[in-house]
Amino acid sequence: MLLIPCPYCGPRSELEFKHAGEAHITREPQVADDQAWGEFLYTRTNPKGIIAERWRHTSGCGRFFNCLRDTVSDNILATYKSGEPRPSLETSGEPSR
Amino acid sequence: MSGALRLPRGGRIDRNQPVRFTFDGRGYDGFVGDTLASALLSHGVHLLGRSFKYHRPRGILAAGAEEPNALVTVDRGGGRWTPNLRATQVELYEGLVAKSQNRWPSLAFDVGAVNSLVSPMLGAGFYYKTFMGPRFVKGAKLWADLFEPAIRRAAGLGEASRDPDPDHYATRFAHCEVLVVGSGPAGLAAATSAAQSGARVILCDENPVFGGSLADDNHAVIDGMAADAWAAATIEALAARPNVTLLPRTQAFGYYNHNLIGLNQRLTDHLAQPDHRAPRERLWQVRAKHVVLATGAIERPLVFPDNDRPGIMLASAGRTFLNRFGVKPGTRVVVATAHDSAYRAALDLAAAGVQIVRIVDLRESSEGALSVAAERAGLPIMRGATIVGTSGTTRVRGVRIGRVSGRHVTDLESLACDLVLMCGGWTPSVHLFSQSRGKLAYDEGSNSFLPGTPAQDQVSIGACAGTFGLAQILRDGHRAGHAVIKMAVEDRDFAVVGDDESTGAGFIGATPHDRDPTQVKAFVDFQNDVTAKDIALATREGFRSIEHIKRYTTTGMATDQGKTSNMNALGIASAELGRSVPSIGLTTFRQPYTPVTFGSFAGLSRDALFDPVRETAIHGWAAAHGARFEDVGLWKRAWFFSRAGEDMHAAVNRECQITRERAGLFDASTLGKIEVVGPDAAEFLNRLYTNSWTKLGVGKCRYGLMLNEAGFIMDDGVVGRIATDRFHVTTTTGGAPRVMAHMEDYLQTEFPDLKVWLTSTTEQWAVIAVQGPRAREMLAPLVDGLDISAETMPHMSLQVGTFQGVPMRLFRVSFTGELGFEVNVPADYGRAAWEALWAEGRKFDAVAYGTEAMHVMRAEKGYIIVGQDTDGTVTPDDAGMAWAVGKTKPDFVGKRSLGRPDLVAPNRKQIVGLMTDDPRTVLEEGAQIVGDPTPARGTHALGHVTSSYFSAVLGRSIAMAVVEGGRGRMGETLYIPMPSGSISAKIVKPVFYDLEGVRLNG
Repeated sequence: MLLIPCPYCGPRSELEFKHAGEAHITREPQVADDQAWGEFLYTRTNPKGIIAERWRHTSGCGRFFNCLRDTVSDNILATYKSGEPRPSLETSGEPSR
Repeated sequence: MSGALRLPRGGRIDRNQPVRFTFDGRGYDGFVGDTLASALLSHGVHLLGRSFKYHRPRGILAAGAEEPNALVTVDRGGGRWTPNLRATQVELYEGLVAKSQNRWPSLAFDVGAVNSLVSPMLGAGFYYKTFMGPRFVKGAKLWADLFEPAIRRAAGLGEASRDPDPDHYATRFAHCEVLVVGSGPAGLAAATSAAQSGARVILCDENPVFGGSLADDNHAVIDGMAADAWAAATIEALAARPNVTLLPRTQAFGYYNHNLIGLNQRLTDHLAQPDHRAPRERLWQVRAKHVVLATGAIERPLVFPDNDRPGIMLASAGRTFLNRFGVKPGTRVVVATAHDSAYRAALDLAAAGVQIVRIVDLRESSEGALSVAAERAGLPIMRGATIVGTSGTTRVRGVRIGRVSGRHVTDLESLACDLVLMCGGWTPSVHLFSQSRGKLAYDEGSNSFLPGTPAQDQVSIGACAGTFGLAQILRDGHRAGHAVIKMAVEDRDFAVVGDDESTGAGFIGATPHDRDPTQVKAFVDFQNDVTAKDIALATREGFRSIEHIKRYTTTGMATDQGKTSNMNALGIASAELGRSVPSIGLTTFRQPYTPVTFGSFAGLSRDALFDPVRETAIHGWAAAHGARFEDVGLWKRAWFFSRAGEDMHAAVNRECQITRERAGLFDASTLGKIEVVGPDAAEFLNRLYTNSWTKLGVGKCRYGLMLNEAGFIMDDGVVGRIATDRFHVTTTTGGAPRVMAHMEDYLQTEFPDLKVWLTSTTEQWAVIAVQGPRAREMLAPLVDGLDISAETMPHMSLQVGTFQGVPMRLFRVSFTGELGFEVNVPADYGRAAWEALWAEGRKFDAVAYGTEAMHVMRAEKGYIIVGQDTDGTVTPDDAGMAWAVGKTKPDFVGKRSLGRPDLVAPNRKQIVGLMTDDPRTVLEEGAQIVGDPTPARGTHALGHVTSSYFSAVLGRSIAMAVVEGGRGRMGETLYIPMPSGSISAKIVKPVFYDLEGVRLNG
């Protein structure tokens, strides 16, 4: 079970969170191309390695936030608030576990 | 009376507390501090079980958690029946009742042993070859029905109790800076040095008494104290510290992400008279900042022919029984070894008066201090030799030994004995390290896999890291205790006298012998009856990876997970394939380390506490008035109200008829309710619902349709505007949490610019639907003078007022097609409001109706239920609700998707009504619909029935369905094929009652 550092509440057990899919998927409803919209709806990267994903602290503050997680080791490299840019890992400091 | 083989003194047992117990109905005695295994050995009882597949007599191999053979069932009565316990871990208490397993009619005479005679049929891959093959030939059914169950029954472990578990179990979460797993010398030293820093330390050990290998040691002296006295003093000092938690009888069974360790603490199984109000076990979920693994090592058996007879055990186990329990495991012993540590066992046994018949050392030479000491003590040692066979049935009676010469064995000799101790060397217990995803590295010199770089904040010390000298272990432990908490390391040297320094080396694989390799059984995996020749056969049949060999032969797949067998299996595969051990791989170590009871995992989550039960404020009234309830999510909803002699059908018919004729009351409290508040509330709803809300006046309601981003209907409900900046949103009963999360998601991440606050009010409001032509008459006397006339309060309006003095939000809405109101009052007043309305209704015999009548009445009007008539692929247009979509709105969730080619394609499935030609026939919900009355197999289905009821008001059946191009098929006859033949039905509009909708406006 992961230990997830909520950017609002600090480290909490995974039990308190719900996963909410990949992060930084931009919603652009004005897009004309059906193919592009279809990819927005259904295509995700599913990488082996570092993924930016969304979590919600459902049993805590209720906030959605973003998280960089290594899908191989499950180590969480950074968490940050929704709307903030994806941090570059060189500057994100000590990996948190 | 104590067992004849009990030493007059010594051992960590309490000789002042004798206890009596039974094994297979026969009485024995022992002492508090004994295990079932040690007590039985003190009476010379070695036969404890029958093997899994061949039903061979089996004894005690080990002295701890790794025991593969001696599995027993402990029966405490009253459903307290636990199978498959290792006799080496069952603590003795007064009145213990233990039974052997997998034998019939008795342990000494077991009919299943006939399996040994047909053993050539039961080799590697037996299950695959026999259970899969014959299915494809004639008569396969006979095989599957008759033979397979018989074979499966014959191969088995203990039986589970058929009664519910009467015990209860506790769960605990804990945090600490340092968790130390294992209380041997390494663990004790680490816990002590970590505790001295003030860190919170948890020390756990599977055994009842801390000390690990020190409890077996009569020899070493640490800092001037005997090893076990040093251990006792160290434990006492730890126990006195407020920052240290000691957990004996606690198995660390699983290592999970981010340093979460699962511990299973056994609390009452060792007690003669446990208080049954106390939990039997406690599951600890420990989140540790640092973990110190001091899990020790497990001795390997030697794989020689017939190495499984009762009386053949690991050398260290023999020493443990002698030193820890004061029991001589035999009187005349042959020691077979490939490692120096067995000499210590031989020396201890000799000192206790056990005759050492011969020490047979596989190695040509050994200059270790222990073998020198054994030689000096005059023990008969034969080097470069091995055991090639054993005799005896329920107890070993003798061995044949010989000199190893290449792959052959010469100079054979027979020796009589009643005990064989064997030692192939030591396998570090890297299970938890491996579970933590640390990579293992193979160490050629010691024939073992050792912890490599840890994947988590953790360190392995002592024998589990391949360190075997006591002084070194203590030094490493002390250092680790400091290092993990990043304290400056101050090395400490422990003064150790009598340190049996050694390595984990030794031998892996099968030992050489002179016998027909196709005939002998040299066991590798004792619990799953896998022999050396099974593994050799698997390699001949083309298996190369140990993961495949494991599954094909089942080696290492038993409940002991190959603790004693994995390395020998690898050694054999390596020799057969001529490839190095690491190139064959290592099987994955999985949780749990030893079996954990289901009760422990379930904890308090059982019976009434398995899930919360949600009841409305009106539940008690409904229960008292004959309601049958149905589960909707976690809610209990009144399904129908049965009067004396009524079945469900009659009750539902009555409820529908009287509601339409006069009036009915319905508990709608479970509807999801969300208060949407803020200056941008209307704009927020504009973006979350298809409808437009800007122009909805205060005091008005509107039916809202919610789509997901893909354009499909996800929820619906009535939304009322309480004020310009305040909306009362309702959702479906089951959809409430999903809708709330959906709204929060968009509010927080897509539209954070909107000033809106969302609050779930589902449980704050009790909701009572008052429906029917006389609904107003029922309600009017109770609303404290509020004008609820049709002129002031038309359909789809709301008023805020009071209900007999209680705050009320009154909606004029209808899910029945009748004149209707929904009374919202604070939940605490729900029952009182209901009873007041009921008293009014009694004046003209109104009814209370349940969810089934609600479903029938809404279907009569063609109102959809999201999740029943829709399934996540239905658009507003498919549902015939294009009118609810605000086409001029620039954006709402799902709008862009509604323009995708697939969503505007012709011939999509649309919601329609169905009328069966025979009005008495009620269709099956979910039944497929086709165009052909006698469809061939594979005929394309045009759609399916989504809702189907008998309508008492109409005197006939009605149904709703989704059908391809349905709205263009009005009047067409389609067919619903059923096992008894096709049912014909006509496509109609999905409105069956009051087609003009005049009743709503009464």
